[in-house]
Amino acid sequence: MFGVLFEQAADGQRYIDWLLSGLGWTLALAFFGWWIAFAVGLVVGIGRTVQNGMIAALARLYVEIFRNIPVLVQMFLWYFVLPELLPNALGNAIKQMSPPWGSFFPALVCLGLYTAARIAEQVRAGIEALPKGQTEAAHALGLTGYMTYRYVIVPQALRLIVPSLTSEVMGIYKNTSVALTIGLMELTAQARQISEATFQTFTAFGAATLIYLGLALIAYQSMVLIDRAVRIPGTTPAKDAIEPRLADDVQPVGSLPEAMEVVK
Amino acid sequence: MLQEAQTKRSSDIVVVENLVKRFGRFTALNDVNLSVRTGERIVVCGPSGSGKSTLIRCLNRIEKHDSGRIVIDGLELTDRMTDVTCVRREVGMVFQSFNLFPHLSVVENCMLAPMKVRGLSRPDAHERAIGLLRKVRIHDQADKYPGQLSGGQQQRVAIARALCMQPRIMLFDEPTSALDPEMVNEVLETMVELARDGMTMVCVTHEMGFAREVADRVVFMDRGGVVEEADPDTFFRAPRTERARGFLRQIIH
Ligand SMILES: Nc1ncnc2c1ncn2[C@@H]1O[C@H](COP(=O)(O)OP(=O)(O)OP(=O)(O)O)[C@@H](O)[C@H]1O
Ligand SMILES: [Mg+2]
Repeated sequence: MFGVLFEQAADGQRYIDWLLSGLGWTLALAFFGWWIAFAVGLVVGIGRTVQNGMIAALARLYVEIFRNIPVLVQMFLWYFVLPELLPNALGNAIKQMSPPWGSFFPALVCLGLYTAARIAEQVRAGIEALPKGQTEAAHALGLTGYMTYRYVIVPQALRLIVPSLTSEVMGIYKNTSVALTIGLMELTAQARQISEATFQTFTAFGAATLIYLGLALIAYQSMVLIDRAVRIPGTTPAKDAIEPRLADDVQPVGSLPEAMEVVK
Repeated sequence: MLQEAQTKRSSDIVVVENLVKRFGRFTALNDVNLSVRTGERIVVCGPSGSGKSTLIRCLNRIEKHDSGRIVIDGLELTDRMTDVTCVRREVGMVFQSFNLFPHLSVVENCMLAPMKVRGLSRPDAHERAIGLLRKVRIHDQADKYPGQLSGGQQQRVAIARALCMQPRIMLFDEPTSALDPEMVNEVLETMVELARDGMTMVCVTHEMGFAREVADRVVFMDRGGVVEEADPDTFFRAPRTERARGFLRQIIH
């Protein structure tokens, strides 16, 4: 049934090559987006738990803004609106970036910062789940606030939230498909293009689905391995320690068909 | 007046004057005065909720007091974080619930603060840690994690961890209350040894045998205030106040 994928397309490549190129962009977006999300999310999540009210309020503001605007709208904001807001020269330079990069970078920033807001909430939950005695003991030993976070709080909190970070990894790579709305030829966009070129809708999206499923399995398995590798001897697994209460709403794109209209 | 305060400062390593601590509208400590001389062993006791934990937690500013003065080794505890950190370096604390860092091995628990706060090199911190773990007779477990130890072992590690900072004062908040009965003694023995070495200690505990054996003074607290202070013999034989008598009847059954 997937035979058509190995036929030659109009551009001389095979359809499978289209799919693989899409997969490449999907992976690049998810991978680099994840590290942005993790770094920013960690900082913001810690910011939400510090004594300093100003910092905590700013961190909260970040989370509320980036978590509550639909990711599709954020994508448009970065792609269409931001260049208009910047000084003319800079805005034009952004608009004139060559094809894949012109949509890749906005998509990267968008997914990174959106996912960061979600990770920040996980980090905060992890930190707040630790007994107060940990901070007290660290302070009693003379560790400063920074050292307490660096050596005592954060290492424990991160271990605690490995399971919920798994769903964020899956969330970010699923959300990469939203990037097709600003013209990035990632996996879903390529599947759609194949379906239009060959009229084999089922084959095209079937192949994309299998690839997404395969990626999910890989992500899940690697997180299981990481969870095992960082487990503290003499403790029970972190699983179930914190309910992944954010995990059930990782697919925020309400109406993909409508979104796809934009590409046309 | 000023001169008096200064002479006090020179001989007393802990000076608490008119200490008040409130939690919201509830006054947990009401005008507490206490001084501790270098090398002195104080046992603090009193009914639950009388403010014992709050008092010793104020001594290293894990709890901020609302008014009054706390001077530790010549440094007054205020909002100045540099002073607070200086004081915390010199004051070791042992908690009822151990509070070891579960993600670090026993020896790493003992090395963290000396390396990060005192600036010791890793080998020096390791050597010091092993030495003190040996002192609390637990060096053979140095590479285990806290979750793999019994309660009594964990508490002895917590004592060693505090000692690794070479503090001038040790605070204990009911160090044996969370332990199974058969483990209480191993921890008390460690504390007795520490007392023999001349460590200045402030211990909240209801272990009256320990109090009799090592305490220079028993401080009895009730309802947020110090009600009675006496040497252990006098306190246990002839408590002056009715409240202390009532308390002693209860814990001795
Ligand atoms: N963080 C807090 N917030 C509000 N109230 C508190 C807090 N900590 C202590 N208290 C109150 O202050 C009073 C004194 O508490 P503290 O823990 O010092 O008592 P304690 O003498 O150590 O008692 P115990 O023997 O039960 O440990 C109690 O009534 C307690 O409820
Ligand atoms: Mg207490």
